[in-house]
Amino acid sequence: MSRNLILGAFLSSLVVLAALISFVWTPYDYAALDIPNKLQPPNVQHWFGTDHFGRDIFSMIMVGARTSIAVALVAVGIGMVLGVPLGLTAAARKGSWLDEVIMRGNDLVFAFPSLVIAILITAVFGAGAINAIIAIGIFNIPVFARITRGAALSLWEREFILAARVSGKGAARISAEHILPNVANLLIVQGTIQFSLGILAEAGLSYVGLGAQPPTPSWGRMLADAQTMVSFAPHLALIPGLAIIVTVLGLNLLGDGLRDWLDPRIRVARA
Amino acid sequence: MLRYALKRLISLLVSLSVASVVIFAVIEVAPGDPASFMLGVNAQEDTLAALRSELGLDGSKMQRYFNWVGGMLVGDFGTSYTYRTPVSQMIADRMWVSLPLALYALMLSTLIAFPAGIYAAARRGKPGDLAVMGATQLGIAVPNFWFAMMLVLIFAINLRWFNAGGFVGWGEGVLPGLHSLTLPAVALALPQAAILARVMRSALLDILSEDFMRTARAKGLSRRQALWRHGVRNALIPVLTIIGLQFSFLLAGSIIIEQVFYLPGLGRLVFQAISARDLIVVESVVMLLVFAVITVNFLVDLAYAAVDPRLRSRS
Repeated sequence: MSRNLILGAFLSSLVVLAALISFVWTPYDYAALDIPNKLQPPNVQHWFGTDHFGRDIFSMIMVGARTSIAVALVAVGIGMVLGVPLGLTAAARKGSWLDEVIMRGNDLVFAFPSLVIAILITAVFGAGAINAIIAIGIFNIPVFARITRGAALSLWEREFILAARVSGKGAARISAEHILPNVANLLIVQGTIQFSLGILAEAGLSYVGLGAQPPTPSWGRMLADAQTMVSFAPHLALIPGLAIIVTVLGLNLLGDGLRDWLDPRIRVARA
Repeated sequence: MLRYALKRLISLLVSLSVASVVIFAVIEVAPGDPASFMLGVNAQEDTLAALRSELGLDGSKMQRYFNWVGGMLVGDFGTSYTYRTPVSQMIADRMWVSLPLALYALMLSTLIAFPAGIYAAARRGKPGDLAVMGATQLGIAVPNFWFAMMLVLIFAINLRWFNAGGFVGWGEGVLPGLHSLTLPAVALALPQAAILARVMRSALLDILSEDFMRTARAKGLSRRQALWRHGVRNALIPVLTIIGLQFSFLLAGSIIIEQVFYLPGLGRLVFQAISARDLIVVESVVMLLVFAVITVNFLVDLAYAAVDPRLRSRS
């Protein structure tokens, strides 16, 4: 296992763990106001300090991890659930009108600046976590469709697929039983990368007020609140930012590490 | 080449048409009637009807779609619901902030990424390469609006080299204008530079293992000469494509960065329009951004085909 994989797995699990623990325990109630103790820098009682309402930032970061992970995870789920079958179908019907329609549709979604469309969607249908998920998820669909189709196309040329066809299996069954398990590794790696992009996108949308709404803590929202106070309470901006960086960096390293680890060619080359 | 260009042109037009339909449809299903929003809850029905007809909201959906698209083709983006000024005028004013900002960031990103990528590729596997690659991993993970806030904290609040926000306007001269766009441009450029440096490095590494590089060395060129004369030049082809694509990220990314620096660009216009439910402005700005992105991608494809004949024959 590479250093990337270990470090990435460590950082990612740190964040996931914080999110999970926050369901049962946080040092303080993340929503409890404590005005006399507002804007405290990090100290023994409040490890990450307190915000302008005296809320404990450590607790807010833990609960914010929940929001980030939930939004990004569901967005990746949307991309996989819709994108992978599209990619498998396009590959199984290569060259047909169906393939053409699916791939042109993908190109079209790719051509859109995703952030702009996310803003459009949340602007029209209202700001909130659900709309943020949909806005981010839509742009995951072509990513997974394209990567699935590309990998599946080369598999369809292989002899074991020919054998499956000779044995009388239909295209749908071959796709599910033979193609899908063989592209799973690729999808896991891509899923990790889209997950990290989703975290960044969610933070951006929340920052401009189009993501999760208060009182639900989200890292982007915390940064937006911190902006006017950054001159006298820099920790308000520093800590949520570092939380985002640690998460995204961890997921990217994990993705890179998994790609190397799961790709047998690289493993052979290294051995 | 002509056939390829024609084919791409048709797909450009299809993309733009579909994009306009999608944007129009999304705005169409938006809850709320702009006329009653503007006049408030106590408005009389006949006043509302008069305003609707004035805003062109009383036709059929089809009619309104074609009015909108037809208007845009001749530069008429309609009239803002809230400001009652032509949207095209509002966009033109803001464009003078957003476009220079995106171009400035693109230039910075290229200036940072090229040397970093070439340096890393030339020292593959050595400490210098690892340092650059580590820095780029970090650069990709940093949200640009957070980086922007840190730049403000350091260079505006502590060192006082720049203003924390706002734009002086080009009327003050080019240099003061650029000066007030510098921090936003750096914030936008850094994550893109990280991506571009990685592309530059891997493109160059691919080239370095080619036979013609060995030939170049065998005929007596030094490593450095071979790298610059044959390596970098060939690696530029994939890198230029990415630069084209980055333009769209920068233009879209400037929407959020403008919020951090209170810059009066397209991004702020969109958010002001969203909060005022001035949907015609939102609709037009989004369409314009999509148009810019799709058109730039089209031009990049053409440029790519022009330098790489293999691409033309394959399509």
